[in-house]
Amino acid sequence: MARYIVRRLAWAVVMLVVVSALTFLIFYTFPSADPAALRAGRQATPQLIEQIRHALGLDKPVYEQFFIYMKNLGLHFDLGYSYQNNVPVRQEIFARLPATISLTAGAFVVWMLIGIPVGVLSAIRPRSVGDRVAMGGALVGISAPVYWLGLVALFLFASDIGKVHLFGGAGSYVPLTQDPGGWVKSLILPWFVLAAAFAAFYARMVRGNLIEVMGEDYIRTARAKGLPERRVILRHGLRAALTPIVTIAGLDIGILLGGAVLTETVFNIPGVGRFAYDSIVNSDLPAIQGTVLFGALFIIVANLIVDIAYAFLDPRVRY
Amino acid sequence: MAALLDIHDLRVSFQTRDGVVHAVDGVSTSVDRGKTLGLVGESGSGKSVTALSVIGLTRLPNAEVSGQVLFDGTDLLQLSSERLQSVRGPRIAMIFQDPLSSLHPLYRVGWQIEEAILAHEQVSRRAARARAVDAMRAVEMPNPAELVDRYPHELSGGMRQRAMIAMALVLNPDVLIADEPTTALDVTVQAQILELIRSLQHDFDTAVVLITHDFGVIAETADEVAVMYAGRIVEQGPIDTILEAPEHPYTWGLLQSIPRLDTPRRDRLEPITGTPPSLVYPPTGCHFHPRCPYVMPMCRTMDPELLQSDPGHFVACHLPVAERRRIWQELRPKPAEAA
Amino acid sequence: MNELLVVRDLVKEFVVNRGVLFGRDSAVVHAVDGVSFEVQRGETLGLVGETGCGKTTTARLVTRLIEPTKGQIVYDGIDITHRSRRKLRPIRREVQMIFQDPYSSLNPRRPVGAIIAEPLRIQGIGTKAERRRRVAEVMDRVGLHPEHYNRYPHEFSGGQRQRIGIARAIVTSPKLIVADEPVSALDVSIQAQVLNLLQDLRDDLGLTLVFISHNLSVVRHLCDRVAVMYLGKIVELADPDRLYGEPKHPYTGALLSAVPVPSVEARRTRRLALHGDVPSPTNPPRACRFHTRCPKAQALCSEVEPPLERTGSAAQLAACHFPLTRGEAAELVTAERFRADSGDAAA
Repeated sequence: MARYIVRRLAWAVVMLVVVSALTFLIFYTFPSADPAALRAGRQATPQLIEQIRHALGLDKPVYEQFFIYMKNLGLHFDLGYSYQNNVPVRQEIFARLPATISLTAGAFVVWMLIGIPVGVLSAIRPRSVGDRVAMGGALVGISAPVYWLGLVALFLFASDIGKVHLFGGAGSYVPLTQDPGGWVKSLILPWFVLAAAFAAFYARMVRGNLIEVMGEDYIRTARAKGLPERRVILRHGLRAALTPIVTIAGLDIGILLGGAVLTETVFNIPGVGRFAYDSIVNSDLPAIQGTVLFGALFIIVANLIVDIAYAFLDPRVRY
Repeated sequence: MAALLDIHDLRVSFQTRDGVVHAVDGVSTSVDRGKTLGLVGESGSGKSVTALSVIGLTRLPNAEVSGQVLFDGTDLLQLSSERLQSVRGPRIAMIFQDPLSSLHPLYRVGWQIEEAILAHEQVSRRAARARAVDAMRAVEMPNPAELVDRYPHELSGGMRQRAMIAMALVLNPDVLIADEPTTALDVTVQAQILELIRSLQHDFDTAVVLITHDFGVIAETADEVAVMYAGRIVEQGPIDTILEAPEHPYTWGLLQSIPRLDTPRRDRLEPITGTPPSLVYPPTGCHFHPRCPYVMPMCRTMDPELLQSDPGHFVACHLPVAERRRIWQELRPKPAEAA
Repeated sequence: MNELLVVRDLVKEFVVNRGVLFGRDSAVVHAVDGVSFEVQRGETLGLVGETGCGKTTTARLVTRLIEPTKGQIVYDGIDITHRSRRKLRPIRREVQMIFQDPYSSLNPRRPVGAIIAEPLRIQGIGTKAERRRRVAEVMDRVGLHPEHYNRYPHEFSGGQRQRIGIARAIVTSPKLIVADEPVSALDVSIQAQVLNLLQDLRDDLGLTLVFISHNLSVVRHLCDRVAVMYLGKIVELADPDRLYGEPKHPYTGALLSAVPVPSVEARRTRRLALHGDVPSPTNPPRACRFHTRCPKAQALCSEVEPPLERTGSAAQLAACHFPLTRGEAAELVTAERFRADSGDAAA
């Protein structure tokens, strides 16, 4: 097992290098606008643009730019400076990370607390009225675009513009350390909106897995032992059905930590996703690269954790 | 003396997409303490469904179960699910064919045995674990203290089946139902497991219901045999009688069609013609009549009843007793003559 | 030359990697560890043994579904041990295989006519019309209705599916068929039907058959010679009368005494009870593989591996330093013994 982890870590590093290189290549080959011109701003003269171009090192040959980029990245973890405000990208991202983590963690709790019980209840009474309603609702949850859901939520419940003044409106986010109450209030709507699609998806998955598991021979054995039905369903059935779901949840968290762009934008939460969106709109190359790399990092790490966790969850899996 | 487990006119049918499957169609039999009842039949005979119905494992939304299953005076079919749970395990235990799929793959075998104890008795975890280890020792698992923490997939087939037996017998049930317990095992392991069941039965006076398709296994273990076909018992009696003087054409067919080690090699086997019947649209009258070499007109219209032919020997066939005995005399495998 | 198939010192090792980075600590499974036998034209050879004995691997080696690690396979005088797939194709016309599980060995998405015709198609035999005729002929031969050409496997019962598998195996008019547990998954009454079918086909078509099974009774019924395998080696090889009537190897004795027989006397037969499980094939016992469980084992057995050689009669080979005596064998074998040559039947 230890050997496996070492090997995976080595590969993770390789993956990160590859992602960085690809990111650089993509942005170098398909720029949306001339970065130097962007930096120069409105009153740009050609000379100013040329000066900036030189200052940014954009007049150097490709491979040299790439080398400098990778060196900075690898040795100093330096992601460059944002074109917008000349602040180090790394600093910007770290500043925004707490908000994204708050959003992700909360949404995760909500979608698991809703999705799993709904899935279980549907599975133990398949094709019943409750099951059909739940799965129908799940279909809606999966189909509804998250930004639409977000806007509807704001329209109904936001404290400033909503029909019912319940929760914080867009832009009302405050950090946890600053004002816990306000933090919760501002995040409730985003949590539920972001969780909606996931809860629906997980409910369907739990239902499907559990129905399959309940048909297995060891469930029959559990009943033959005289165990109460609840224990059979939860301890024997759900335990087996959840193993693949836990791993998927890990991956989803990894993806979300890279920034739930749509949700953060609709609710104006100052997270990494919002930052990514703004950077794209402004063609802020270093910032875009930074968010992409961060996203990749989280996904790679999440993958590794999930694979290792699987060996603990299912003793038949051995590395 | 009343039997320990007494089944009366059990009928089980399932509503499926293809129609109503009549899995068990009027089965009556019984088993006494310390004795082994063998249920023999092929797939679709209803033997497994009969066993599952005894402990209520066929109580499904699409199933209809009727009849009586008297266990120590109580009709199990009328018991509520909760009360049935206290019967399963401590009073009637069941083991299944494939121990790899019948044991939970994600829990250690010791834990699974402990769980059976803890569900029915108020003991500490430590006491339950000690008893689990004892149970594993009783089924002759080497190194029980070490194997108790293994997962099912880490054990061999024979060890897994022993673990299942340990789990079933740890609460000293009155009845053990074994559904094809050795079919998935190698023949030498099968011999060990059958021997184990026999000795445990001897020690604890357990009644055993052994379900199998293998007449050899029946010969080794059973005291009473019930031969099942298409949901009905076609012949029942003491093992010696059934092996030496069977009186039903299906039983003859089964015994004729299997190659055996104790009779001379024959040129060809004598298979039963035709194919197993549909359980949705079973044949009218005697279910076996389409495949019976001795079929008579009345077999197509009248259900034969299980009637006593000899003391304790019951046969469901329209052929007259004398005729049946005559036919068997001709069919029976003869011992070898000098070559 | 009358041998259709000759196998010499066949070895197949599977590597089970435990070491992750550099392949250290690799465990090696000696699935087949030095197996030799011949099969005469028209003969039926049975391979019996329990889980892990290597019989299925041997079947796969002989049909070259896998390649041996060492040893030699000669089919009809041609060395096919390491032939390429391309060069094996003409051989495949003559060597076919029947598989155990009628539910997974047929492609569920293809009609059975196409399944049976496939070997013809691959070998480029006949036109489409000719193939169709041949398939109908073969379907009729195995007891299926040729009109069901376009049905799918799931529309057939287990016994019928096995017949489809057999039809597929004989459609190219092969000389050698390797049948891997062809009846184990079938109900008893259907087993007899399919065994009779195999027997008839063998006799009518002059087939040479290698029949693999764990069911000793079935093998005795069908085969001209039987090889008993244990942990990758053949421990005994003889005709059924000798093997079943007077086994020489203690493992054969244990196997035979373990088979439950549907007879009243059988309940009282002595048994050679084997304790414990088969040792792991990654770490088999030294010298004689069976010595750890053998009641007759002595010091020699763990030091020198017994070769497979004649014991008494020329036609009976056993790999044992201390084979069973007549008396010991007699106690283990159920009921009668049949000695084709000496003509005495002892009770």
